[in-house]
Amino acid sequence: MNLRRDVFQAIADPTRRAILLLLATQSLTAGAIASNFDTARPTVSKHLQILTECELLEQEQNGREIYYHINAKKMKEVADFIEPFRQMWDERFNKLEEVMKKYKPNK
Amino acid sequence: MEKKTKVNAEEGRHDLVVTREFDLPLELLFKAHAEPEIIEQWMGTKVLKFEGKKHGGWQYETKDPQGNVAFQANGVFHEFSPNEKITRTFEMVNAPWGVQLEFLQFEKLTDDTSKLTMHIVYKSAADRDQQLKMPFAYGINIAHNRLQEIVSKLKQHA
Repeated sequence: MNLRRDVFQAIADPTRRAILLLLATQSLTAGAIASNFDTARPTVSKHLQILTECELLEQEQNGREIYYHINAKKMKEVADFIEPFRQMWDERFNKLEEVMKKYKPNK
Repeated sequence: MEKKTKVNAEEGRHDLVVTREFDLPLELLFKAHAEPEIIEQWMGTKVLKFEGKKHGGWQYETKDPQGNVAFQANGVFHEFSPNEKITRTFEMVNAPWGVQLEFLQFEKLTDDTSKLTMHIVYKSAADRDQQLKMPFAYGINIAHNRLQEIVSKLKQHA
């Protein structure tokens, strides 16, 4: 089957977004990731598979365990971490400016 | 075009600085941080509590379209000097990091322009970095919600 696997498909799902957030600061095994969700383990495995296929996650063999971690390079494609933070504030401040310009009665 | 809002987050530090110059007089910039109804408009959150004075408390809450609480934050003002500065604590409920300390400095540039400098201090560099990563998750959530909105509108018109 030739499903289209791209970054945007990967982040279109709330569980997958949660997995990415969980792995933002640490590497975890599939079992450890699954323990963070109420979702059935095979469902989590499926999500991990999709995230790995579109290269947002990488697997790393560590002894007998396979650890998942974020593929920093690919994540860079989606967004640099400081840039979204900056954009969040930029959007808020643009809105502030817009609101206050209307607020001003003499302009 | 130069970016209006700047973030200076040096590697390995537990603080960061957000600066922005506004096309607004100082008084209006401060007002936007001092009046709950105005804060609600630009922060996109409900203001449940706002006591703009020394030792006063504040509390924000945002619900998703389904009515579930999506974001809650609160803190206390340590300084609240109109048109000058606000020093406050900021704590996001259920966040994996702790309380942060925020120093907001308001400056007049010209009669019609002003500048805001937000110095945010976190408990650790790791806490700061985790916070920085939040809008990434938040951003894709928003993007996704917008997409859903657009799609549902398209469906209605179809």
